[in-house]
Amino acid sequence: MKNFNGKVLFLDRSDINTDEIIPAKYLTEISKEALKPNLLEDLKLEGFSPSADIPGKSIVITRANFGCGSSREHAPWAFEVNGINLIIAESYARIFRQNMFNCGMMAIELPKETIDHLFKVYQRKEVTIETDLDRNWFTIRSGSRIEEIPFFISDYDRSLVLAGGWVEFADRHY
Amino acid sequence: MGKTIAEKIFDSHYVDNPSGDIHVIRLDAVFCHEITTPAAINDLVSRGKDRVFDPSKIKAVIDHVTPAKDSKTAIQGKILRDWAGRHQIRDFFDIGRNGVCHAIFPEKGFVRPGYTIIMGDSHTCTHGAFGAFAAGVGTTDLEVGILKGVCAFHYPKSMKIEVNGALPKGVYAKDVILSIIGKISVNGATNKVIEFSGSTVDAMSMEARMTICNMAVEAGATSGICRPDQTTVDYLWEFIKDEFQSRASALEAFSAFAPDPDAKYDSMITLQAETIEPLVTYGYKPDQVKTVREMEGERVDQVYIGSCTNGRIEDLRAAARELEGKKIKDSVRGIVSPATPLIYHQALEEGIIKIFMDAGFCVTNPTCGACLGMSNGILAPGEVCASTTNRNFNGRMGKGGMVHLMNPATAAASAVKGCITNSEQYMHGR
Ligand code: SF4
Repeated sequence: MKNFNGKVLFLDRSDINTDEIIPAKYLTEISKEALKPNLLEDLKLEGFSPSADIPGKSIVITRANFGCGSSREHAPWAFEVNGINLIIAESYARIFRQNMFNCGMMAIELPKETIDHLFKVYQRKEVTIETDLDRNWFTIRSGSRIEEIPFFISDYDRSLVLAGGWVEFADRHY
Repeated sequence: MGKTIAEKIFDSHYVDNPSGDIHVIRLDAVFCHEITTPAAINDLVSRGKDRVFDPSKIKAVIDHVTPAKDSKTAIQGKILRDWAGRHQIRDFFDIGRNGVCHAIFPEKGFVRPGYTIIMGDSHTCTHGAFGAFAAGVGTTDLEVGILKGVCAFHYPKSMKIEVNGALPKGVYAKDVILSIIGKISVNGATNKVIEFSGSTVDAMSMEARMTICNMAVEAGATSGICRPDQTTVDYLWEFIKDEFQSRASALEAFSAFAPDPDAKYDSMITLQAETIEPLVTYGYKPDQVKTVREMEGERVDQVYIGSCTNGRIEDLRAAARELEGKKIKDSVRGIVSPATPLIYHQALEEGIIKIFMDAGFCVTNPTCGACLGMSNGILAPGEVCASTTNRNFNGRMGKGGMVHLMNPATAAASAVKGCITNSEQYMHGR
């Protein structure tokens, strides 16, 4: 199983699309590792710099309709090779969300109020999250502040995360 | 209780319900291209599972970058080509016979009403025009599709979009779908299937239906879908004439995938065709839509006519009507990519290619090319392209470039004037 703990990168915008996550010109790369320097290279977001903001981060918190656009699984892979296996957002585009779980990664949805709260309290601070997959909650820490936030994951998505992805699951079952 | 088209297709392809509303369904076809399939092939090989569930149900094409532009794209093509060879995938289309996936597969008769289709390409929703459930998926889903012939989806919720009335002259399917996306936004149909209906859709050709279904994903939809009817049967007839006694019996068989009158929809929207005018996008999201009137005079450096949205024969005809006897502005680079060799042939025979060339357009081979900014017309920073494609994302046609989406007649008119402008077909009802 992948690691779902670590420091948080806040991306304060809705509708971040897959071309922004990894531009089409890198789709000719055959190895996932080659995508590493290009994650979020074309992201339109005031004040964001990939080289300064991505290193050391393991989790992304963002807004609505994350990952819209193309079907490229290169988008989750670009996160994966940068050590980011967990994304927390208000909502996702269907294919992106499925690709995440198919790779054994997690794309978790939280209600808009909770996302608003997280941005209000923690954005621009040093924040870490620990994921408890047995009890379905995140422990969020920043300085001396600690907060616990429950999340929902369906049995099916959990089985994909535990199996390490859909290929193994499907080959066993069908 | 009545069922939607998507529900009927899901129920007739049921394999398993592993949990909640997840349904694993049997696939009738898996489509492949050289950008997303090689990673799936390599992964299958590395897992020791280099198999295919049924070579006759797999169709493959090299379309995104063809001819190869560098070693990397040459390697991607080679991986697909070698794989198609070793698994006896007979419907494999290489250069000279290849075209944009969502144009060539329907043209070859590979899509039927009631089919379930996946492909590692978000615009797979195009094939819903035939009354099929066709969805774009990522590499892992594609891999499992290739290996086992199944895919998992949430049981589909449908949104019904009804368009009624006659479209004004110079207003095309592209304007219909842009106006819908403008209304419901880029995630207005996320996790839903859009069922298109109404007299306007009923009157549309298969090409026009493909255009509206093509862009369903730009509103977040899993698939667009149209009820199969006489137009569907007529389009498919040459491929199905051995399977059915008559067109009437084919229509009757396909009616099994018509929606029930009491089908339950998640939401419903109605549009009046007469009120739609030529539209164009202005930002980096396909729901940022204005009328051409509002954007009139905006400079363009390049005009691109092609892609799985608007690279079909009807689209080339609409653009050619606008270009006939005219020259495009000196400052404009015009590029047209007929979407398949057959379309190219037809355009040659109808004199359309000559009209484009006389006007000053460059005619490329069938390929995706500039649509995704990989070859054949990449923009420099600050440049603007009037385009008949489906995505205007930041950097889509080249870093720092701006893409305005529009119908082919508007694009052609804009090429002549050197700025965004309405077509004469629209202005004078030609
Ligand atoms: S023409 Fe453009 S949108 Fe269509 S399949 Fe090719 S790259 Fe994708």
